[in-house]
Amino acid sequence: MAVTVSIPTILRTHTGGEKQVPAEGSTLAEVIDNLEANHGGLKARLVKEGSLHRFVNVYVNDEDVRFAGGLDAAVADGDNVTILPAVAGG
Amino acid sequence: MARFDSLLDALGDTPLVGLPRLSPSADVRLWAKLEDRNPTGSVKDRVALRMIEAAERDGVLRAGCTILEPTSGNTGISLAMAAKLKGYGLVCVMPENTSEERRALLKAYGARIVNSPAAGGSNEAVRRAKELAKQNPDWVMLYQYGNPNNAGAHYTGTGPEILRDLPTVTHFVAGLGTTGTLVGAGRYLREHKPDVQVVAAEPRYGELVYGLRNLDEGFVPELYDPEVLTGRYSVGSYDALRRTRELLETEGIFAGISTGAILHAALAVADKAARAGTPADVVFIVADAGWKYLSTGAYSGTLDEAAEHLDGHLWA
Repeated sequence: MAVTVSIPTILRTHTGGEKQVPAEGSTLAEVIDNLEANHGGLKARLVKEGSLHRFVNVYVNDEDVRFAGGLDAAVADGDNVTILPAVAGG
Repeated sequence: MARFDSLLDALGDTPLVGLPRLSPSADVRLWAKLEDRNPTGSVKDRVALRMIEAAERDGVLRAGCTILEPTSGNTGISLAMAAKLKGYGLVCVMPENTSEERRALLKAYGARIVNSPAAGGSNEAVRRAKELAKQNPDWVMLYQYGNPNNAGAHYTGTGPEILRDLPTVTHFVAGLGTTGTLVGAGRYLREHKPDVQVVAAEPRYGELVYGLRNLDEGFVPELYDPEVLTGRYSVGSYDALRRTRELLETEGIFAGISTGAILHAALAVADKAARAGTPADVVFIVADAGWKYLSTGAYSGTLDEAAEHLDGHLWA
């Protein structure tokens, strides 16, 4: 499964400044492993002790993966995966 | 009964309005809860009054006190009205990338505005307000992000009103900012109807707002309880604007931009129900009306132009 991953400003040091990078995988965990293979260091910023970093939100086609299985969330060909840091509203 | 002893007594009990033109079918219906009908025109009136009354009861807030609050606008405006009527001062810490109208309204009510930098959005406003609280120990910070009375106002107000007016409710959709509306009303609804889906619409801003120095400066409000939610959508400014205009054009409701984001998520869950052939009554929150966003260009020109104008603004 080929997906497009949007990288927030704060993590672009790992992607040579690229805002969007392609990745492969059928679950979010596989996508992150594939990202790590091409952009070393990224996985450690996103995953802590086997689950997503508390202040990182990941969306597959705009839906928060935490409500769709977390790292086990399924991704399909052509999906857009967006990574964002948690910020306040209100 | 529509007679009240004072403006503060006129809070809540807002209309729940059906949207026959936007609803996908006769079995999958959308309902708008018009929170712009509150005294200062936003859902935050419920929260502000409840937090002030609780602080008064606890003896923390006394005559002549100054209230301090980090806010992107609506909570500040609600607090400013209540503070004026009750004789308190108000200092709002506000990101500088918020609409002119919000600032003008706050000033009209006599509030003092302390700017926080645009980069970092509300995270920076919260950080700055916490510093000011330390420097001014006599000021009272009500702190909407962690004050249980924020969610409490929706647990005893918004939630029960929805269930009373629409016992067949299946979905509740609201904006995710402090998380108070979703956690409070959502908890009430799920306690009474465990199958109700509680869905968050979270604004996705321009990159400036996410300009943290490191991920550990991220912020999740103390009130947030992910157990109450069943889904969460991230909605960008283009989709929020598109839906804000659609709501005006098809149903005549002149709402603010955050409501467009909420409607976007409400339509997504309504479409899922329609495709699955499941009847649904989807209630969503109209957080405020459009008046405060006219200067942002949200309602004129092409969508692309309007979205570009909005980039870097805190519109929810």
